[in-house]
Amino acid sequence: MNAVIVSNIIKRYGTKKAPVSALQGISFQVDKGEIFGIIGPDGAGKTSLFRILTTLLLADGGTATVDGFDIVKDYKTIRERVGYMPGRFSLYQDLTVKENLDFFATIFNTSIEENYDLVKDIYSQIEPFKNRRAGKLSGGMKQKLALSCALIHRPSVLFLDEPTTGVDAVSRKEFWEMLKRLKEQGITILVSTPYMDEAGLCDRVALLQSGKILSINTPQGVVNEFGKTLFAVKSNDMLHLLNDLKQNEDIEDAYPFGEYHHVIMKHGGENELKDYLRQTGRQYEMKEVRPDIEDCFIALMKN
Amino acid sequence: MANSYNMKQFIAFIKKEFHHIFRDTRTLFILLGMPIMEIIIFGFALTNEVKNSKIAILDNSRDAATASLIAEIGSSRYFNIEKDIYSYNDIESSFREGKIKLAVVFPQHFGEDLRHFNKAQVQLVADASDPNVANTLTNYASAIIVDYQKRITQDHQLPYTINTEMRMLYNPQLKGAYNFVPGVMAMVLMLVCTLMTAITVVREKEMGTMEVMLVSPVKPLRIIIAKAVPYLLLSIVNIASILLLSVFVLDVPINGSLLLLSFESVLFTLTCLAFGLLISASTDSQQTAMFISLTGMFLPTIMLSGFMFPIENMPLLLQIISNIVPAKWYYLIVKDVMIKGVGFESVWQETLVLAGMMLLLLMLALKKFKIRLA
Repeated sequence: MNAVIVSNIIKRYGTKKAPVSALQGISFQVDKGEIFGIIGPDGAGKTSLFRILTTLLLADGGTATVDGFDIVKDYKTIRERVGYMPGRFSLYQDLTVKENLDFFATIFNTSIEENYDLVKDIYSQIEPFKNRRAGKLSGGMKQKLALSCALIHRPSVLFLDEPTTGVDAVSRKEFWEMLKRLKEQGITILVSTPYMDEAGLCDRVALLQSGKILSINTPQGVVNEFGKTLFAVKSNDMLHLLNDLKQNEDIEDAYPFGEYHHVIMKHGGENELKDYLRQTGRQYEMKEVRPDIEDCFIALMKN
Repeated sequence: MANSYNMKQFIAFIKKEFHHIFRDTRTLFILLGMPIMEIIIFGFALTNEVKNSKIAILDNSRDAATASLIAEIGSSRYFNIEKDIYSYNDIESSFREGKIKLAVVFPQHFGEDLRHFNKAQVQLVADASDPNVANTLTNYASAIIVDYQKRITQDHQLPYTINTEMRMLYNPQLKGAYNFVPGVMAMVLMLVCTLMTAITVVREKEMGTMEVMLVSPVKPLRIIIAKAVPYLLLSIVNIASILLLSVFVLDVPINGSLLLLSFESVLFTLTCLAFGLLISASTDSQQTAMFISLTGMFLPTIMLSGFMFPIENMPLLLQIISNIVPAKWYYLIVKDVMIKGVGFESVWQETLVLAGMMLLLLMLALKKFKIRLA
């Protein structure tokens, strides 16, 4: 059975006269015990989707079930079963770490002791600061506390809306390792992120852009769909190099990517690109590279 | 089992709410200090009793009669004789300087006229830029003069005299405190309950904690009720401190039943809480909530409860509007119970109106409360 089934969900904001489409008929399914990533830039509709699935918003069209329950009809049951961590830090800043966790344990009719084994990994890292007020924690520690609070009642499905936004690189890495361990406990995790590099850490990803899903696949599958050869080019004058690359009609796309420019050819291959670069008379360095999720996303967006 | 869980949850909520209140020491200070401040300000600084007003005397007669009358005016607690002036033109300039509020003018031959014609004139010139003060001062001065006249005519009885005798019921010393203590109680309860409750619920919306709370098994209704309980308790503390101050510092007695007064105060507190919850259910930002509470509740409480301005003097439309202001009814009840010392049989109608308002507001608030974000 699927943990989450979403079919043709539509969400519009704004007035009747000038509606703004946030979600334009989204469908996907998430398996039990899977880490499912919703990858997309700001404004793609990630938060709207999460709020609809956590019964906080009503969709304008389509249906969805979470853990087998309908998001409209059975909203009360869903609220007992899921864990939700909003994108913004949403705990009580004037309560201490322990008071926050205690409070959320109580409202979910459980106690810290009862589910300590589930949150131990995460909570033990902030336990030394348990008497500190939540508002005085660092970004990474806030995330850990928020995750502990979302987990304290052993939810069957966990919704994490941009959990790593504004968190340093080390904490982000730790956070994803924690998610891996939660998955081993059988918890289904839906996580959204604007960071492409985190897509590879999910079991499957959906690429979301302007309220539409561009692709749903495993990270490897997304890369395999790319289907074209990708080159990375570097020179000492990157700006003019990019201009030159964009002027060639045989080049499908060229865009900056780290310290290189990534280039996709329409018909030709390595030799044609080398010839062209030689014509421009520049010093250059060129190599063939494996596309990653970001390359795939850029390619999908342009189609 | 289910019940003990519900109770535990409810207590956790209230505990959390008290943490919010007690950790925000500045707000707590305002909440508990405000009633004390207001009682002290109204009791000692802002008062509409007229005392020690500065006056000037223009005595054109300078005889025994004027001398004794001036002595009598000067010794009253209402007036201080600031200066003597010597010509009619000086009256105007004395008022211009802003030092005096009233001038008493005796014409030439005042004592002689009084003795020979049984008739003399005194002119009272008042600064009517504040009409109420001018009125009060001329009344006080006339009373002193009438008093004096009575004494000198005691020997030879005049035919047909009507002596008026006044008794000021419930407040023989005409103390302003009898009027404003009930008003301050209404104002403070309004501020603490309506404003603070509205803000505290809306703050959870703004901070995003409401979002997390909604995705939990907690019944939304319980979130809301738990928000109101701590403010009810705080209000009871405030009622107690206002009453203690009035009795022991301002000498305002509690003539009626303390139990009845407390019951009515709690009823009014609940009405304010219900209104606060209604505001919080209808707004999403603390600023809007504050604005609505102040204009929708605080201003009418001051203007239309009868505490600052007598309702009987208002145009009919405002008199009608004043009926929907809960503070008006509470103010009436407190005055009746506290000052007049009447029992429940005399205030049951007002109580019923207040209770009806409370239920209506509460029902509206619950109906408006959203189980989702939008």
